[in-house]
Amino acid sequence: MTLPRKPQIRLRYSKLGKVRFTSHRDMARIWERAVRRAGLPIAYSEGFSPRAKLSFGLALPTVFESQAEYVDMTLDLDTEINVAHLPELLTPMLPEGVDVIEAVHLSGKVTSLQEVVETTTWSLFVAGEMNSVESWVNTLLAAETLEITRERKGKTRVDDVREALLHAEVRPIDSSDTGLPPKATCEIFTELATKPRALRPLEFLGIQDPTHEFLLGRRISQYIAPHGAQHDPLVVGAAVETSAAVCAS
Amino acid sequence: MVSLWTELEPLLTRVEKPARYIGCEDGASTPEWSDDAVSWLLTYPDTYEIGLPNQGLQILYEILNERDDALAERSYAPWTDLEAEMRAANVPLFSVDSHRAASDFDVIAFNLSSELVYTNVLNCLDLAGVPLHCSDRDHTDALVGAGGHATFNPEPMADFLDWVGLGDGEEIVGDVSAVIHAWKQSGSTDRQEVLRALAQVEGVYVPALYDAEFVDDKLVAMTPRFDDVPAVVEKRTVADLAEWPYPKNQLVPLTEVVHDRLSVEVFRGCTRGCRFCQAGMITRPVRERPADQVRTMIQEGLRRTGYDEVALTSLSTADFSGITEVIRSTVGDESSGCGDVSVSLPSLRVDAFTVGIAAELQRGRRSGLTFAPEAGTWRMRQVINKLITEQDLYDSVEGAFSQGWRRVKLYFLTGLPTETDEDTLAIAELGRRCVEIGRKYHNGASVTVSVGGFVPKPFTPFQWFGQNTIEELSRKIYLLRDEVKKIKGLQMKWHDPKATFVEGMSTRGDRRLGPVIEQVWREGGTFQEWSEHFDVDRWTKAMADHDLSIEWFTYRHREEDEVFPWDHLNAGLHKDFLWQDWRDALNEVGLEDCRWTPCYDCGACTGYGIEHVVASATPPAGGSQGTGQDLARGHEVTVELIARPVGAS
Repeated sequence: MTLPRKPQIRLRYSKLGKVRFTSHRDMARIWERAVRRAGLPIAYSEGFSPRAKLSFGLALPTVFESQAEYVDMTLDLDTEINVAHLPELLTPMLPEGVDVIEAVHLSGKVTSLQEVVETTTWSLFVAGEMNSVESWVNTLLAAETLEITRERKGKTRVDDVREALLHAEVRPIDSSDTGLPPKATCEIFTELATKPRALRPLEFLGIQDPTHEFLLGRRISQYIAPHGAQHDPLVVGAAVETSAAVCAS
Repeated sequence: MVSLWTELEPLLTRVEKPARYIGCEDGASTPEWSDDAVSWLLTYPDTYEIGLPNQGLQILYEILNERDDALAERSYAPWTDLEAEMRAANVPLFSVDSHRAASDFDVIAFNLSSELVYTNVLNCLDLAGVPLHCSDRDHTDALVGAGGHATFNPEPMADFLDWVGLGDGEEIVGDVSAVIHAWKQSGSTDRQEVLRALAQVEGVYVPALYDAEFVDDKLVAMTPRFDDVPAVVEKRTVADLAEWPYPKNQLVPLTEVVHDRLSVEVFRGCTRGCRFCQAGMITRPVRERPADQVRTMIQEGLRRTGYDEVALTSLSTADFSGITEVIRSTVGDESSGCGDVSVSLPSLRVDAFTVGIAAELQRGRRSGLTFAPEAGTWRMRQVINKLITEQDLYDSVEGAFSQGWRRVKLYFLTGLPTETDEDTLAIAELGRRCVEIGRKYHNGASVTVSVGGFVPKPFTPFQWFGQNTIEELSRKIYLLRDEVKKIKGLQMKWHDPKATFVEGMSTRGDRRLGPVIEQVWREGGTFQEWSEHFDVDRWTKAMADHDLSIEWFTYRHREEDEVFPWDHLNAGLHKDFLWQDWRDALNEVGLEDCRWTPCYDCGACTGYGIEHVVASATPPAGGSQGTGQDLARGHEVTVELIARPVGAS
């Protein structure tokens, strides 16, 4: 006999502006309070210190912005909820810059966000001559190996991260974006693999001591790539009947 | 001026916990600025994590922002990494609300909760670009003020503070705003004018308007320099807490802070009469908040903030008349939609922690349990007027362990008047018995004793007592530590006696300490409450450099006729009452709680024509201190309680 499954929901949200200085742990607490304030019938874990059942995807480094953060939440049994209403319900309960963009019901066996996300894309805003930034990027892409020194459990080791660098290009600044540092001269758009070990954007930015100055990073998307094709975690996880969830913003 | 955010933002990418500096809390204000409003920068001179939850600051923040003639933003001391970045980039101290420069504000007001933050005040003023000394400021500089418990002796900070608010701030900030507003509107450029006007506000002390007179080493008088300046400044007391249901919009920080929960103040003041406790003396009389209002504040607060924990704050929350009903209605409240709500009582009384309350709290999530017996022997507890019996403690601890708690923390003081090694070592014995009780219920039961060095404070009966030296406090702590080590399941923590020394020197110091504080700051001594930044040598050196005696300021017993540096300030308590209480202490005589017994005229009510506001005329059940109930229970010593007749000195 199987127990009835509690409804699960996956949401995508942004983290832009001043709130980028909060940590992953801070965001978890902010979310817990937000769901209580919104009166969502969130499920709690058992035990002496019950915690709201929220699980987050790959941690966003503090000081980075994002347009694509995800959280999975488990609701109480017998909860009927129209996920299309969640963005307008939750966004006012969250700090400025954190907007819930879309929500879907999850169906079938749900694998955690940490496990399923395979690549992430980033906009990295820098100050420096566009030509020299371009040549730095081209050098990296042309290299057979890219070695960086990492510390793990107190030991230093050298890793080749070339295979984790999936894509990189230099773009001019979008002048309509008012949230960018005034000093920014161009954007490095890059796609980095999260498996077998994630290449972090700050690690990428430090390869071969570039001359340009890193100012602001923004995660643009996270992808699940089951058969070589990239999918948004919302699309992969969504139940058939709600896959056409309304995008509220 | 406008926001400094653009200048600040790049610095924040390079510092620890940058979320401390962004503001954006739920409940924060971004007030409209206008020339017609007096702008206040309410500054907590320690880190954001410690300062943000401060209820006093939050209350004044709301009250000021509700006024038409004022506005308020907040600031906290930047941690050393950001301070270095700010100095390198020429970014001044800023508000976290709209990231304005501190120098844009008409008033910079500090919360002084402890003496160890004094050097941080100087650092904040320096970062703000405000001249450090009052005497160097002109009409374009902010009026630097302070409030909080440490300001009941503000003399060590007299060189740096233009004005000080004594007592409850709710009404003071309004009156001060009105005075400054009128001065600004008049277009006056005479700073003396506004200082003289501020000195007329009840509860406001302007240090520069008084002369300190010394004969040899001794302070002999504090004299007002002008006829219209009061010879004695009386503290301000809010008569009815029900009229001030603040904070209404408690700030909800985005990052972790020390008290990350809803706080509701259930009463102010305390008449337990613990002789070591300055807070209990200076905040009299007891003013309870009506239980209905407490309930409303809890329910609305939980709904608005999303917190699942509420702390009921006061100096002794178990004394609150409505405690049982408030806890019951909060823990069992399904309608809040907040899931299980946990209640914490930060100040549990040892004697009245009834099994009933424990059970009510247990229904929600468990919260930590801490008791404060304060001293190890009954004799010592009579001296300090903390009249709980050993049996009270064992009953409380048994109640806790039997209800499922596995860890109990016990607070003690050492270095108390008349304390012998027998008294100190008795702390270990109490701890051992508590572990024994715990082990009846859980194999892993543990007890921690936390020991602080006693600091005699102004406006307490112990203000005449010479503090124990660093060496003596250390000796006692190590003596106790060696004893505790032998007991399985008993842990011990203690405060650094060197920090206790600095606190003691400053709390009863006079104006001559100003240059000492300044030198310690100039030599890098900020964040003195943080052990990694505290260095006692800076203080001893600064004292020596200014030819001041540590012995004289800190360790000397005071004479009956000593002129204290705070004698021209009044916390409500008659000096002869305090002296008599000091004699009673030395005679090991206890004094009842006057809430439920006849008045013994300490001065706190009669002097201001106000009264205790308590909903219940009878003391809470289950206790012994000052209640006339079960006084000798479990103990062979009979308590001698003397009710002093009204008017007796």
